[in-house]
Amino acid sequence: MLEDCIGKRSTPVKNAVERGAVKKFAEAIGDDHPIFTDEETGRESRFGVNIAPPTFPRVFDYGTIPDLNLPEKGLIHGEQIYHYERPLRVGEDVYCHAEVKNYYERDGQSGRMAFLQIKRYGNDPAGELIFTEEQVVIITEAVRERMQA
Amino acid sequence: MKRLRDLQVGESLQEVSLPPVSRLDLIKYAGASGDYNPIHTIDEEAEKAGLPGVIAHGMWTMGNLAKLFTPHYEEGFIQDYAVRFKGMVRLHDELILKAVLQDKDTLTFNVDASNQDGKAVIKGQVVMQYHG
Repeated sequence: MLEDCIGKRSTPVKNAVERGAVKKFAEAIGDDHPIFTDEETGRESRFGVNIAPPTFPRVFDYGTIPDLNLPEKGLIHGEQIYHYERPLRVGEDVYCHAEVKNYYERDGQSGRMAFLQIKRYGNDPAGELIFTEEQVVIITEAVRERMQA
Repeated sequence: MKRLRDLQVGESLQEVSLPPVSRLDLIKYAGASGDYNPIHTIDEEAEKAGLPGVIAHGMWTMGNLAKLFTPHYEEGFIQDYAVRFKGMVRLHDELILKAVLQDKDTLTFNVDASNQDGKAVIKGQVVMQYHG
């Protein structure tokens, strides 16, 4: 039912790697390493600044993919894949967008399952890739029926 | 702490045992990540969704698991990090985080988080890249 969305993408949104947000995120995943939060540790590191944990891109705004209307409830997160060219640096701006990479349906034990692959990108202001994030979302038959209703 | 360069295939990074999962952990992660899906924080909403109670955000567990690699930040960074979510994490579960070197040339680790029953709740791979 979402086949038509394949290839659709959002308009990039400017995000900042905010110091406070990184601190809060590092605390929430129980990683109190000073490379994320202590300014001196950041300055003395090879990066010259603090960096963000690898799963931090969760907090970014990736814009809206046209015509992709997913329910807030009932989705199952199946897989998550990050790729980095380098770590994210605290204080930098990142331009983020998302696209529907694939959508397919398969018969499973609990009916016909749908698999939606969304890929997200983070680029620096010069357009160089910093990271990608791929997510596989599983949509059960029951949830799809509600979406069509 | 052993350097990444000195690890042999089959050797592990320092394992981490997490304290029992608390509701506050999940409320904090909801706030920090912006994922306010109520199945992670409110019992009634979780039950309405057919769950036995609130469950942890998969991304909370994935975020926790990555910290095995943080102490090695001067030697390299996480280039690729892929996981499958294999099971629910419930309140009071006690997770153990593990990373075992699988390939020395590509610096690939098998990683998982498993619960008190020894069941893997997430499983995947991390590829580290030495700083150039």
